[in-house]
This record gives sequence, C-alpha cells and structure tokens, in this order.
Amino acid sequence: MPYGPHTADDRERMLAALGLTSVDQLFEDIPVALRASHLDLPDPEPELELAARLSGLAARNRTDLASFLGAGVYRHWSPAAVDQLLLRSEWYTAYTPYQPEISQGTLQSIYEYESLLAELVDLDVVSASHYDGAAATAEAALMTCRVTRRERVLISRGVHPHYRDTVRTYFEGGLQLDEIPLIVDGDGAGTTDLAALERMLAEPGLPVAGVIAAQPDFLGLLEPMPEIGRLAHTAGALFVAVVEPVSLAVLAPPGAYGADIAAGEGQPLGIAPQYGGPYLGILASTDALVRQIPGRLVGMTSDRDGKRAFVMTMRAREQDIRRDKAASNICTNQALLALAASIYLSVIGPHGLRDVAALGASRAAQLEAALAAVGAPRLHSGPYLNEFVVRVPNARAVHRRLLDAGILAGLVLADAEPDDPSLSDGLLVCATEVTTSAEIARFAAALGALIGTSVAEVVR
Amino acid sequence: MSVTGERLQPTIFELGRPGRGGGKIPHPPKDALDRLPSEARRAVPPGLPEMNELDVVRHYVNLSQLNYAVDTGFYPLGSCTMKFNPKLNEWAARLPGFADLHPMAPDEVAQGSLQLLWELEQALMEISGMRAVTLQPAAGAQGELTGILMIREYHRARGETDRDEVLVPDSSHGTNPATASMAGYRTITIPSAADGGVDLDAFSAALGPGTAAVMITNPSTLGLFESRIGELLEAVHAAGALAYMDGANLNAVMGRFKPGEAGFDVMHFNVHKTFSTPHGGGGPGAGPVGVGETLIPYLPTPRVLREDDGTFRLERAHERPSSIGRLRSFVGNTGVLVRAYAYILAHGGPGLREVSDDAVLAANYLKHRLSDAYDIPYDRPCKHEFVASAATIKKHTGVRTLDIAKRLIDYGYHPPTIYFPLIVEEGMLIEPTETESVETLDAFADALIAIAAEAAASPDLVTGAPHSAPVRRLDEATAARQPNLRWRPMTGAQTPCPD
Repeated sequence: MPYGPHTADDRERMLAALGLTSVDQLFEDIPVALRASHLDLPDPEPELELAARLSGLAARNRTDLASFLGAGVYRHWSPAAVDQLLLRSEWYTAYTPYQPEISQGTLQSIYEYESLLAELVDLDVVSASHYDGAAATAEAALMTCRVTRRERVLISRGVHPHYRDTVRTYFEGGLQLDEIPLIVDGDGAGTTDLAALERMLAEPGLPVAGVIAAQPDFLGLLEPMPEIGRLAHTAGALFVAVVEPVSLAVLAPPGAYGADIAAGEGQPLGIAPQYGGPYLGILASTDALVRQIPGRLVGMTSDRDGKRAFVMTMRAREQDIRRDKAASNICTNQALLALAASIYLSVIGPHGLRDVAALGASRAAQLEAALAAVGAPRLHSGPYLNEFVVRVPNARAVHRRLLDAGILAGLVLADAEPDDPSLSDGLLVCATEVTTSAEIARFAAALGALIGTSVAEVVR
Repeated sequence: MSVTGERLQPTIFELGRPGRGGGKIPHPPKDALDRLPSEARRAVPPGLPEMNELDVVRHYVNLSQLNYAVDTGFYPLGSCTMKFNPKLNEWAARLPGFADLHPMAPDEVAQGSLQLLWELEQALMEISGMRAVTLQPAAGAQGELTGILMIREYHRARGETDRDEVLVPDSSHGTNPATASMAGYRTITIPSAADGGVDLDAFSAALGPGTAAVMITNPSTLGLFESRIGELLEAVHAAGALAYMDGANLNAVMGRFKPGEAGFDVMHFNVHKTFSTPHGGGGPGAGPVGVGETLIPYLPTPRVLREDDGTFRLERAHERPSSIGRLRSFVGNTGVLVRAYAYILAHGGPGLREVSDDAVLAANYLKHRLSDAYDIPYDRPCKHEFVASAATIKKHTGVRTLDIAKRLIDYGYHPPTIYFPLIVEEGMLIEPTETESVETLDAFADALIAIAAEAAASPDLVTGAPHSAPVRRLDEATAARQPNLRWRPMTGAQTPCPD
C-alpha cells in the first residue's frame, strides 16, 4: 500500500495484542454469503507511472484555445499568492472546525469571508458556503418557501439553465416551480417579462413564496432588478437575486435594490474552471431571515480569558443537531473555496476588483464591435456588462469550424436553451480582463471568413 | 503541540489601509463603464480592505498556523476518515489541462477529463458492486438527496405514490433524516438493539406499504458491521421499498463487502473520506452515487457516455427524459474527482483491500489499548472506528467526555468525534485510519489513559483544558444569542484586536 506505514512486524504485533492470527478474523461478522473475495482492479501503480498517466490525460484536454466561453464560469487572472496560500496544508488537511480552540484559522477565515461577501452583496448574513451557484439558488428557493410557508416559486428564464434545472430537481419533494418568460422582441428583449411576472403573481391557486432573477442574466443582459423586486414584494413574495460576484464591484448590489436573498457562483473570485468544480456557492440574506438560512455560520465571540475568538454558531439550523427538522441536509461544504475567494479579494482589493470588472466590460465592447464588423451583430439591444449574444446563422456548425481554428467561440445557445427558438442562431460570448486584443482579432477574422462562406461550405 | 501558541491575528479589515495594494490588473480605459445605465451602477463601493501582498500572505500564513490538520498531527475524528492526503493528487489536480478546462467546453476538447471520469465510474462500480455511477453530486449529503429523489421517481413511475416514509436508524448521520425531509418524506426513526445493530422487531413493525426507502449506514456509525443485513434487505424488498446505503464508512470494507451485490439499491461514496481527497477545512468533497439496475433510468443528467469508437461525451440536455434532472451545475466536482482517481490507481485492487484491512486492524488495536481505562459499550470486533465512553469516569469524577476531548488538545491531538452517535452516553467515536503508524496509535492511547488518571487525581486540570491552545474554551452562548456574523468598524472598537 503506497501510503500505509505498517510493516509486517507492526501488523503481527497488533494482531498478537488482539489474540488473533489473521486480519480475516476481524471480518467474520460479515455474513459468509455476502462476503466479497477481491476487487477486480489493476495492480497498484507506482507514482512515477501514475504521474505520467495523469499528465497524459490532462494533455488530452485542449486548454490552449482562444476562449470566449463564459456562461456561468469565467476565466480570470488569479494572483499567484492565492494558490500558494491554498497549498498550505494547515488549511486543506483540516476539517470542519468542530473544536474551535484548534481551528481559529479556519473559523476566522470564514468570518472574514462572510464579512467580505456581505460587503459585496450588501446583505448582512452570508452562509459559510454552498456547493455551487446552482445549489445555492436551489437552497434560496427552498428558503423562500420555509419563510413564507408558501409552496410556489417563480424563476426567470434569464437564470442559468443549469440553475433552473437544479431548482426543479430540489422541488421534486412537492413544491411548484414556474418559469417567467423573457421578452422576445424589441426593447428589453432577453430580459424578464415584467408583465408576465405580474400576471403570474396574480394567478389563483398557490401563492408565490419567492421570485428569482439573475443580474446579469444568462444572456449577459442587465435586468430591471428593482422592478422585479417590487412586484415580488407587492405579492408578499421574497426576492432572490442571482449574482456574479466580480460584477458587484460596479453593479448595484442586491441589498441596494431590495433583494431578500442573494445567491450566486463564486468561481470568478480566483477559482480555476476545473471542468465543473469545486466551486463556491454564495448564499446571503437579510438579518431578518438569519434563522432560516441554511449552511454554517461563524460568529465572533470571546474565550474564557476574554480574548477575541470565532466559533460556529446558530447550530440549531443544522442537520447534525436538528436532523429531520434542519434547514438543509448540507454538511460538507466548500470551505476551501471560500478561503480562496477571501484571499483573492484581499490580494486584488476594491480597486483591483473594479478594474477586473471594468476591463472585462471594455474588452467585451471591443469584441462586440469586432464581431459586428464581420457580420455577427448582437441579438439583443439592452445593456450588458461583459457577455452578450451574437446572431450567427448555422451557429453550431460555425462554432465547430472555429474550434478547428483554435477558437472556442462561446456557447451554442441552440444546445444550451433548446426550448427557445429565438436563440437558435445565438452564440453567447464573453470577454474578461484576460481576453487579449489579438484573440479578439483572430476570432473576428475567422468568423468573418466563415460568414462570407456559403452555408454548404460551413456545414461541410 | 502542533498548534503554535499565542498568534491570534487581527482581521483583514483591521489590517487594510487606503492606498495599499494594486499592481495585479492593468487599468481599464476611463470610459469602460460609460455605457452602463446609471441606475444599474453601484453607488457606494464595497468596503473591501486595501492591503499589500506581504501583509495578505503573513495574515493567511499566520492564521493557518492556528489550525490543527492531518499534516500537523493525529486527527482521529470518527466518521470523517481523516487519512493522509497524498501530495501527488494535489499536483495532478493543478495540471493546467485539468485546472483550466471550462465545464461547457465541447466534448472533443475535453476527452482527457471525460475518460478519467468514465474510468472512475467503472472503478467505483467494481468497488461497490453497483451497476452504474453518477459523479455529479457535490458532497455526500447531496448524494443522499440524489439517491432518495431517484427512489421517489421509481415509486412514482410504478404508481406507488402513497409511500411517504423513510426509515432511518437512530444511530444514523443527521444528514439521513434531513435528506428525507428535503425530498418530501417523513422520517421514521428505528431504535438500535442492545448489540448496536438495527432492532429487527422495531424495524419489521415500521416497515410497510407506506415505506419508500430505508437508509442504512453499514458499517454503522458505531463502527459495527450490520450482521443482519441480509434479513434486513430481504424484508425491505419484500415490502416493496428500496434500500439506500450511506457509504460514509466504506473505508472499512473495500474488497470485503460490495453493497450492490449484497442487495442495496443505491449508495453514495464520500471521496473525501474513503479516497483521500482533502477535507479542506469543511469541504469541498464529492458524493458519487452508485445504483443497481432498477434505478439506472433515473440517474441525474448529464451522464458520461463512451461511444463505440472509444471517444467520450456528455449526455445532452433532455436526452434521457426519465432522469431526475440536475443536482447542480455542470458535470461535478471534477477537480476533487481527479484526486480520487489518482488515489484509486495508486492502490489498485489489492491496495484498496489492504487499506480496509489496516484501517480495521488499527481501530481494533486502539480499542483494545483503551479497554481498561474507558467503557467500550459494544465489545465485539469493530470495523474502522469504535465508540468509547467516559460514562464511568464521569460518574466517579464528574469529568465529562467534552473535558477529555479538550485535554487531548494539550497532549497535541485532535479530539475524536464526541457525543455522536447520539445513542451512546458520554461517547467518543474514534477513527484512527490506516495511514497512522503503530507508534502514533500507542502514543495516543497513552495520552487518553493518562487523561483518565488525571480525571481522578486532578479533575480541574481536565475540566479547565485546553491550557496550551491559541484560545481557551469559547463563549458559545453569547455567540448564538447576539450573533456577530460580519465585520463592522464598530465591532473593532468594542473588541480590540489582540496584541
């Protein structure tokens, strides 16, 4: 065994102390008929060979592309200090701080995370992390039902399709989820249809517990968040804002437009894409909802000698205390990723974060102009921050051809939103501070060449 | 003592000074944000601290040294399997090919990761005896929800919607009943028998046409193999219900017991326990779920598929309508799964069986070493962990398990899990894992035995512990009554930063 310390003598000594001759005797409580004989897996692989195998697999992924793909996960520069500090194994080989006297590092770091995110979202209570943006949104939706004791939630189709699917799955236990359509044409196209929302809130039947909308929305557009919130509150529902944390350096935060709960994906705060995770589910609420927020909370207190210290608190919401009455079943969370976000925010600072958001917006504007110039205009007219949809006939085939040219041309919306015919020619593209002018020029040139080609040529 | 002494730190908010920091990101053009409508703009900038890099680095290095961790010392936290986290795995997960891959990248540029995930599924199927595996759930608790929602869908498809109860033993993890509630079920708690196993009579009485599922942890949270598991599973299936196995304790039985072959319909794996992915101060984990034939149609989407030509792809949206849907965004915590994959290949079949053998041997040896000084409520061979109790010590000296746990800190150890499972008076759940040497086990046993003697001779020493940690016992009551959950400038004035 590669990581075990026991010599043959050690094992014999332990067995002798137990009065046994074979470790098999310790497994005699497994009924004979149910005993397994062995595992049909390869022999152990020495580290040298295993490292080569892993390098080989990693090399089969192509990460050298000029990428314009965002759609909920964004490439950003993560300062070198972030990963260097995360590699300190006092962080990553500890567990949940059940013993606060020897866990003050983790506890204070979570308190600082809660405080940093509270500044970003402008809400007072931030949970110590959820699995990802989708799961945090689902927890937010469940929370609105617990708080209002209602059983129906409305979610805008402007929320990421994976998040909508996740909430739907979490609602399988007997809650109702309905989707608010987006405006299809004209002013406001691609944002939440407020008239439809108003109608849905007034429908007879189950009263609405919560309304969920994203800022920016999945298509990159800015939503009329204050109006959505006002309509929700008028109907006695809570308002959940799904947010992207880097954008909050420049966009109005949920607390400023009356959101009761904020959820979101913390990946942009210094966390690598990693083909899906681990990421950071952000969940925050107003003070009034603190007893219903799921997930761990760390608070400031003092020790017996009066020294300032930090401790997990309000634990009566949690599964290990309340079992079937808990606010959620969450146990293991994403603490290390919350730490990564805290380190990122500390290193980058408030001005740096604003620069990240603004530079992304600037590059995106450059991208918009370059793509429009080669015949791929925006599909929508409303304001956006750093992500938008362009109209490209035969989008899927064009996307495929660009891949051959080393360009990842965003997301094919016909695949991601197959139920929405208005998006069937859409490519969702984004730019961030790491996008270069050279990449934009390459993308535009290659796309222009394809658009100039006949349909038959592209599909071939 | 592995935790460095008096090194409490100011918060980053106290350390920041306006004007510090910068140099990371090029400045954007001045007009970069002009096209945003003013009503969508942030009026007041977030109050984040401004710090130079050295101060940030010192802050987090010094904070890290206030932590106890597997890499600093023995961490026998029962039910959490705090084994060594191999360093190769950290290296592998950071390879740019793995770390920089976007989760919505087309399948053809993600073949390396897709192959790894597919092979990991195959390995988990072999280890568990299950017929298919999903890697999507982000943690064990989410794996439980996945499993119970699949069971719900199974009953619904058969028209058996009256089944609204989930049976859970009283020794179970709190996540089991909490999961049942999230899935819309009522929890029926089954008492344990005197031998620590499920009480068969109570179990049979509760089982019926209203039962949707039974959730069993095997080996149990008492560290005991459920010897009557064959009869239990037979009864569950005879009643038309399905059996869920909480796989938190799989580290005890790899190569010895395959839940799928024994008749469980669904189980989750905790890769941060069994397969050595780091616990991260609370997470991340990953909670893959294995299923038998009956539940395959309901697996979450997307599954990882292998095509006839040997390439791999993700299932497309709506490709399999019988699926319960998504539990989260994207394919799963791939970065964590890379580590689990590396761990499994480093061990191979024989190595994983040896992992379980050594974990069980170590637990039995440690139990034996403690059996004179502490009560051992279930005195039969345990699996990878066992419960000891300070009930007798408390009766004679007034010293509680909590005090003993805190005193262990002075001896340089992380305490075991205490007061869990809830059914053992003054219980401590001790899990040494297979990666600790016999010298470490002996030294830990000596420490616990010495503390038992201290409890009799000088109880104040124990009840006042810890004496050498960065802080002493905390005022948890005030923390809960007057919660202070975020930094505000005022907070600093009330509670000055330690010098």
